Amino acid sequence: MSDVTTPTEEWTKPLPTPDDVNRDYWQAGTEGRLLIQACPHCGHRQFYPRALCTSCAGEPEWLECTGRGTVHTFTIVRQMGMRAFRNELPYVVAMIELDEGPLIMGNVTDCDPESVRIGLPVEVHFINAADDVGVPMWRPVPAR
Amino acid sequence: MDRTPVIVGTGLSDYPVAPHLDGVQHHVQATQRALADAGIDKSTLDGYVGVGGSGGMMIDDAVTMAEYLRIDHRYIDGTMTGGSSFEFHVQHLAAAIREGLCDTAIVTYGSDQLSRMGRQLGTGGFQRPGQRVAGPIQYEAPYGNSLVGAYAMHAARHMHEFGTTSEQLAEIAVGVREYAMLNPHAMYRDPMTVDDVVSSRMIADPLHKLDCCAITDGGGAIIMTTAERARDLPQPPVYVLGAAGAQTHWNVSQQVDFTTSAGAKAGPVAFARAGLTPDDVDMLMFYDSFTITCLILLESLGFVPRGEGGPFIAEGHLKRGGRWPLNTDGGGLSSSHPGMRGIFLLIEAARQLRGQAGEAQVPDCQVALCAGSGGWLSCIGVAILGAEHP
Ligand SMILES: [Zn+2]
Repeated sequence: MSDVTTPTEEWTKPLPTPDDVNRDYWQAGTEGRLLIQACPHCGHRQFYPRALCTSCAGEPEWLECTGRGTVHTFTIVRQMGMRAFRNELPYVVAMIELDEGPLIMGNVTDCDPESVRIGLPVEVHFINAADDVGVPMWRPVPAR
Repeated sequence: MDRTPVIVGTGLSDYPVAPHLDGVQHHVQATQRALADAGIDKSTLDGYVGVGGSGGMMIDDAVTMAEYLRIDHRYIDGTMTGGSSFEFHVQHLAAAIREGLCDTAIVTYGSDQLSRMGRQLGTGGFQRPGQRVAGPIQYEAPYGNSLVGAYAMHAARHMHEFGTTSEQLAEIAVGVREYAMLNPHAMYRDPMTVDDVVSSRMIADPLHKLDCCAITDGGGAIIMTTAERARDLPQPPVYVLGAAGAQTHWNVSQQVDFTTSAGAKAGPVAFARAGLTPDDVDMLMFYDSFTITCLILLESLGFVPRGEGGPFIAEGHLKRGGRWPLNTDGGGLSSSHPGMRGIFLLIEAARQLRGQAGEAQVPDCQVALCAGSGGWLSCIGVAILGAEHP
């Protein structure tokens, strides 16, 4: 399980919508767990959650991730109109390559944006955007 | 009957700043000008193709515009792949004309984006604050990526894998600006250097302000028919030699490889249909939403080996007088980018192939390649056009 933060102020960023396919994914986030899908028929792993395996069209199952990955590519956003984000400029938006394979988008937090590099090892943490929505975020793995 | 598909008329509406026109009026003005250019009556049209781009209050999707223009069609296509829609339309329309599904069709586009929304689009975020988001975008929207940021992620990865530099990308913007200086309508016409580009404000690393396209108003229309009918019309016909399209993803977080594009699949199909190779191409019209878009199109379409685009561009091969002059109207980077630019690629290529490009004319221009990029380097449409009957 990873850190889960419940912010004191209201979530003003766009809010995801749990539905029949992704409800477990967003709920798991509130419990500090990152889920992707794995196919019991062909072994294919995928993100984002879908009602079918994109490889064989079978029904996928959930796979709990280690919450570790590396920065595959990223940008430092320095101009953004929406106020909820403007207050946080500059910030990092990255594609994280999970140890389990798939790519997932997220912010890299808890570090100087200028220090982020492709290949940087990162670990997941979560911010509760709503009771049933835990949004995964990423931070550099602390040096040991 | 020679049913080889040809472009026989083109029209541009007023650009880059046209506060007197709304989105639909851009469609209308471009339609009127394309009909005049082609020398045909509106009643001749039996096909309508288009894609809504105006947004806001103006509804301009294909069925609405076919009604508004009152085109009594027997063929309609409203394929929407973002900015590349129009290259996909040429692919579809070429097949439809060959097959006899229609004889003479018009493709239209219009947008009042600048006058209506201002310049914040590329960094305005995808959604309104606090709004519920559903569907695939909900796995991106909470992170505040911008349109510029989505392309910046491609640039960052290309730099990481191949050592591409900001200066090499800047050469693209500088070369296109040199052509914009020859276009009296272009949005930006001041001389510009590589240093100007790399010292301009960073919007989303590693893309600077001057790596990004303009935001403008504008619209365009093209009329396609058979080579047979073109014989009686005033303009030199522009032949569709080959067209193809492909898709790798839609939302940027589903991109499979951030250093290439679906052009790697569409390009060979279009070239095979045309019976040509990149060596046969005289000029390029690429969708230059950002400098990196051009670099990835150049490589994925096979004009240079993968990873070698940066040094190749720095040698000046895409500039005026170079091996493959790029975006001779001044492109989206300096001339016009009204939301979806794909139709302007076709219109400028036709101007070059007709030999009507004035000071910007590419000498002995026989073959032009148009490559549209829609979404976030998601859907790539390729149209190879020629001055000679294939
Ligand atoms: Zn499967």
